Amino acid sequence: MRAFLLTILLLIAQPLWAQDLGAVLDANRDQIAKPSRQTIGPVITEIAAAGEGADRVLAAWADRRLGLAGDRFVIVEGDSATDAVTGESVTGDVDGLRPNSGVRGLIAAALVQFQLTDPDPVRRRAALTAIARQSDESHLAALREAPAESDPILAARRDRLERLLTIQYDTDTDARLAAIDSFDGDAGTDLQAVLNPLLATTRFAGPELPADANVARALTPDSENLPRAEAYRLLVDAGLAEPRPTDADIKAALTANIAGDAVGGVPVADLGDPDRRDDAYTALAEAGTVPTAATADEVDSALEANAFADLFTEPSSEITDAARASLRGMQTREGIMQALDLSLDALSLASIYFLAAIGLAITFGVMRVINMAHGEFIMMGAYTGYVTQTMIADRTLSLIVALPLAFAITFGAGVLLYQLVIRHLVKRPLETLLATFGVSIALQQLAKNIFGTQARPLTAPAWLEGSITFADGVSISTIRVAIFVLALLFLGLFLFLMNRTRLGLQVRAVTQNPGMAASMGINPDRIAMMTFGLGSGIAGIAGVAIGLFAKVTSELGSDYIVQSFMTVVVGGVGNIWGTLAGAALIGGLQKGIEVLNPSNTLAAQTYMILFIIIFIQFRPRGIMPQRGRMAEA
Amino acid sequence: MGLRAILLGAAAVSAIAGAAAAQDGDTIKIGVLHSLSGTMAISETTLKDTVLMMVEQQNAKGGLLGKQIEAVVVDPASDWPLFAEKARELISVEGVDAIFGCWTSVSRKSVLPVIEELNGLLFYPVQYEGEESSKNVIYTGAAPNQQAIPAVDYMRDELGVEKWALLGTDYVYPRTTNTILEAYLKDNGVAQEDIFINYTPFGHSDWSKIVADVVALSNDGKQVGVVSTINGDANVGFYKELAAAGVSADQIPVMAFSVGEEELSGLDTTNLVGHLAAWNYFESADSPENAEFIEQWHAFTGDDSRVTNDPMEATMIGFNAWVAAVEAAGSTDTDAVLDAIVGVEVPNLTGTTAEVLPNHHLTKPVLIGEIREDGQFDIVSQTDPVPGDAWTDFLPDSAVLDADWPGKDCGMFNTETDSCVQVQSNY
Amino acid sequence: MFIRKDPSILVFLAILALFTIGATLMSEAYGSGALPTSMIKVLGKTLCLALAALAMDLVWGYAGILSLGHMAFFALGGYMIGMWLMYARTGEIVSATLSRAAIPPTPAELQDGIASQIFGVVGSSDLPLAWTFAGSLPIQLILIVAVPGLLALVFGWLAFRSRVNGVYLSILTQAMTLALALYLFQNDSGFRGNNGLSGLQNIPGLTDVPQADISIWFLWASAGALALAYVLAAWLVSGKFGSVIRAIRDDESRVRFLGYSVEGYKLTIFTLTAMLCAIAGALYYPQAGIINPAELAPIASIYLAVWVAIGGRGRLYGAVIGAVVVSLLSSWFTGGRAPDLSLGFYTIDWVDWWQVLLGLSFVLVTLFAPRGLSSLIDLAARLRHPSRRGRDLGPDVGALREREAKA
Repeated sequence: MRAFLLTILLLIAQPLWAQDLGAVLDANRDQIAKPSRQTIGPVITEIAAAGEGADRVLAAWADRRLGLAGDRFVIVEGDSATDAVTGESVTGDVDGLRPNSGVRGLIAAALVQFQLTDPDPVRRRAALTAIARQSDESHLAALREAPAESDPILAARRDRLERLLTIQYDTDTDARLAAIDSFDGDAGTDLQAVLNPLLATTRFAGPELPADANVARALTPDSENLPRAEAYRLLVDAGLAEPRPTDADIKAALTANIAGDAVGGVPVADLGDPDRRDDAYTALAEAGTVPTAATADEVDSALEANAFADLFTEPSSEITDAARASLRGMQTREGIMQALDLSLDALSLASIYFLAAIGLAITFGVMRVINMAHGEFIMMGAYTGYVTQTMIADRTLSLIVALPLAFAITFGAGVLLYQLVIRHLVKRPLETLLATFGVSIALQQLAKNIFGTQARPLTAPAWLEGSITFADGVSISTIRVAIFVLALLFLGLFLFLMNRTRLGLQVRAVTQNPGMAASMGINPDRIAMMTFGLGSGIAGIAGVAIGLFAKVTSELGSDYIVQSFMTVVVGGVGNIWGTLAGAALIGGLQKGIEVLNPSNTLAAQTYMILFIIIFIQFRPRGIMPQRGRMAEA
Repeated sequence: MGLRAILLGAAAVSAIAGAAAAQDGDTIKIGVLHSLSGTMAISETTLKDTVLMMVEQQNAKGGLLGKQIEAVVVDPASDWPLFAEKARELISVEGVDAIFGCWTSVSRKSVLPVIEELNGLLFYPVQYEGEESSKNVIYTGAAPNQQAIPAVDYMRDELGVEKWALLGTDYVYPRTTNTILEAYLKDNGVAQEDIFINYTPFGHSDWSKIVADVVALSNDGKQVGVVSTINGDANVGFYKELAAAGVSADQIPVMAFSVGEEELSGLDTTNLVGHLAAWNYFESADSPENAEFIEQWHAFTGDDSRVTNDPMEATMIGFNAWVAAVEAAGSTDTDAVLDAIVGVEVPNLTGTTAEVLPNHHLTKPVLIGEIREDGQFDIVSQTDPVPGDAWTDFLPDSAVLDADWPGKDCGMFNTETDSCVQVQSNY
Repeated sequence: MFIRKDPSILVFLAILALFTIGATLMSEAYGSGALPTSMIKVLGKTLCLALAALAMDLVWGYAGILSLGHMAFFALGGYMIGMWLMYARTGEIVSATLSRAAIPPTPAELQDGIASQIFGVVGSSDLPLAWTFAGSLPIQLILIVAVPGLLALVFGWLAFRSRVNGVYLSILTQAMTLALALYLFQNDSGFRGNNGLSGLQNIPGLTDVPQADISIWFLWASAGALALAYVLAAWLVSGKFGSVIRAIRDDESRVRFLGYSVEGYKLTIFTLTAMLCAIAGALYYPQAGIINPAELAPIASIYLAVWVAIGGRGRLYGAVIGAVVVSLLSSWFTGGRAPDLSLGFYTIDWVDWWQVLLGLSFVLVTLFAPRGLSSLIDLAARLRHPSRRGRDLGPDVGALREREAKA
């Protein structure tokens, strides 16, 4: 009875084409069950116009809560399901509908008209977001007609959107110009997104420019912007000139006209020579069997007879001028932003290299012991982080546990390696290199045997997810900032340790003159062991950090080992500031080269290494060489 | 004296070898050429297990031609020259009648000359870049027109993508796929400046700049879509960076060709929900065959958490097609099997059938899946089976080429000049 | 005559000859067929690796330059021969196809055809500049030694001139091979990127000859090259040149103060060994059938050092023994043919554990047997070294050690 009354009411309230929601859904059941973005538009419009309950159905559909139970549509709420039209609860199997994200975008756009007037600010915000994502002409009217916004933030957003939509859809040129002007000094990406399409051009070629054309720029053939061949091709495409035969065309024409053993008087056997082919073709053309190829003169005259230009698709020149002026103003700002963003990336990469190399700088720089297993210590740290995370579910807590644990484990491993291998090879650096390499391949394979070759997840806690945005287009992920902070922390720790503690003093003494240090009562062996353990321990912490932003695999270490060595060597051995400079140079260089050739990251790495090889030829002791008697050791 | 001893020894060894060869009569041998160690082990070991499972099932059904099937497993250790060496060993020493193996394109290219020289038979189960059709290989994975092209169509039609970022690892599959896609998109009216292509090394981890570049693409108001042929581990860093940049699937959808159930298990998928992948099979496919296959797989491996994936389905189809062809031919002789196998139809796991075509590719349905929170895929689109095209129609050089083994006895037939370019493959 | 001073040369040559004859007599092409063709190929490849190890021993064991980039020269040699093999083979196919057309092809068409066949698979169809001479076997044969030789010369000149030595040089050579590998990995550089050059076992002009024959010819060629290189190396190290490079290894500054041009000697040996490696590579890859940039990965060069270290540095036969034993063992273990070792509670699958074993044994050899496997031969020949092990008695370099002090 109620449903009947409702129907009556709806019939009165709605225009004649509006139908009952249930009827609309039923009529379009197949389409709704398997929607395609290209064809579903009218159905969504129809549902949206079906009155009472339509917004609920659409919202559920977009959230993938709409389903089919038998042949009736139901809305799923948690475990329970209700009929989409009547609202009564439904039991039984529900076949969930899964519209793809293109369709969901359309639904969200259709929902805007309901949501804009919704009392709930969350809904209103969703509506604005939907418009920002995908707008159409109707939204402009909807925005203008909606009641005044009470929430100041939403009001500002709505106002901005309204002006953006005015630029796009308004029919009144003055209103559009005013809207463009109102954004003066703004460089938002959403504004660029609106202005750029206004400047879209098409290329024109013909005897005369159309009278009402909004010309972006006139083109002269055979210039940099319009090469001769390209210009002629435009004419051919426009049907204004005859195409010139390609080599393949000539060959086909010759093949088709073989007479006996010759074509156009040229023996077939001679046709391997390109000049003879031309002769044959010319002969055929003179005989009239094939069309004459356009000569260079003919091409020239055809090019001269026609005009070439880029035309705006936007007919109003006032609009395009305004848009162009506005965009030009943004360009400088844009360039600075990009440079800033790039420096952030470079800084982040440098801090990662620094973190990976700092342990190595200690062992290699201070002890002259080259540890090829350093990369595997990094890997051990990363796996420690992974194992900790599998045991402690809380990610923040597990990270707090994992960092010291990784340090402890790799510290122990380092001390063990020192005791078992390195101290027996102290005066033989090349042998140390090889022996530690043996350790490295054994450790790597061991990791594969234990954890498998697949990448393991090591996920950052929620507060490290996301990114920090400084301005439009200048942002960096939080985890990278954390790594940067960690690198700074270790720099400070290292400086403190070396310059302010007794251990540091002893280490420096042993580095400078082990014999004299031993005479002063320092045990060089113990100091070396501690140093080595410390370097390894830091590698372990670096491993956790690297695992957080990249991946945890058994090859993690070998990915960084060469770069780490480069960092230390380029910076200058035995000097932490050198390592810092080396990391900055390598990180900056890599990003710099990437900008020059954005489509090929591999090339950037290649040229970076090449640069380093050459750099070392000229500064064999690095950026900050050690001075004094130690230098030649 | 020394020489005589060696000669005697040689004679003795060859006598033993001869005796061993004579015993082969009561079993049919097949070779399994998948890396069990090295970088590719994680992917390929699963396929080795799949073949072993199929062999076990077939033997339980009474074998083939009244004989038991014996699988000879070798390990080419992700080392490309070793693939050729092991393939030669399998065919000439072990005398196998068919080989199931290879994953990467370079391993296939390594094996190809050996297989063709010794007239072997290889079933290759992975989606690949196409531009190849060998007499001795059955390609049971997808050709570009069975994965890349429909996926791009989907993004254009369903997601409204107007601007494309083609990101790939720098090797032949992404290179060729992207070349084909670039030509295809341009044919469809996409301007050169709306296509951004980038290649990164294997295992790349520093994605911040590339992700920023992709995000910046949308500044001009066009809907941007990413087509990812990024391989293996590098995906972890890529998706992490994407999530960190706050890019949702609604803003910039990513369509991956090399990310399946197996790869997702290394990731926290909560931030990836809604991103896409294109395959010919997903574990979530709703069909009785698939349910049965998954159950058998869990029983065979004794591990309920093992996922199934697209190359496994391709391996299964390849094995069943081979069995059907051998039964039809009544022999395991390569030429007889190759004659019989064209036209063979076997059911796939998504409710349709796969037919072996004259160009040695299969018909396959194309499925598009959206990543779910649990690391599985929601199938949002499924086509009818598409015949695989060995030579893509979207590059001018290969558009004129055709492969037709039973008809023209040629895998690279130029339809323009009406002549066979070459019978053996160019590797 | 230097051979008389060192009888091990004759012994080595005799063993090599016996091995080659034995392999020939057991081959499928010329003998009983006991050794399948795939095995002949393995043996031939092993000889090439032994040749590379010999070069590594010269530069490291004798001259003390631990180069971690010699496999780059090896692979470059392979690339040079591979370019000709691919070009010529594809040329045969393309000209056969084109000659079926009514009109004979122009040279440009022929070249375009070859280029699109070779590079079509990686989405390009132009012949890169580096392939200019690929059609000519003599030039490409010269390039096999010229390109790696020149690279070694330039790199060595730069490095030695600025006194980069010790571990610095090792890292620098490693960076060199990494840069080269990354360069070749790029498709744009015109060497087919990750796919590399393949089908190299099919020799142009010999398409009708079975692989069984070709494999044994390559075995002979590899054995011949190894024998020649061994004699050359033995001759080099036996004379004054040998004394000087050993002196450089032991104390570079002292040799320099004696008036020798240390850089010149180092450069000579570096370049020469690079060329030897290149020849080894040029013989290796036609047997392997495929070359791709992974062959230049830094790890490959480190393995070369591992072979030499395990075999025994400073002994020419040591390098050969190391390369043969370790590479054959390696392929035996990773091939899945080694029986699993059951420990009761855990079964050791050698496919998984071989690398661990190799790594650890490498550490042990470095620690306890610096002369590697060749110390076994020393033992048999009753050669003893003064033992310098034990604790240092003083903290400085070269201080007496406990055991020496007692002796």
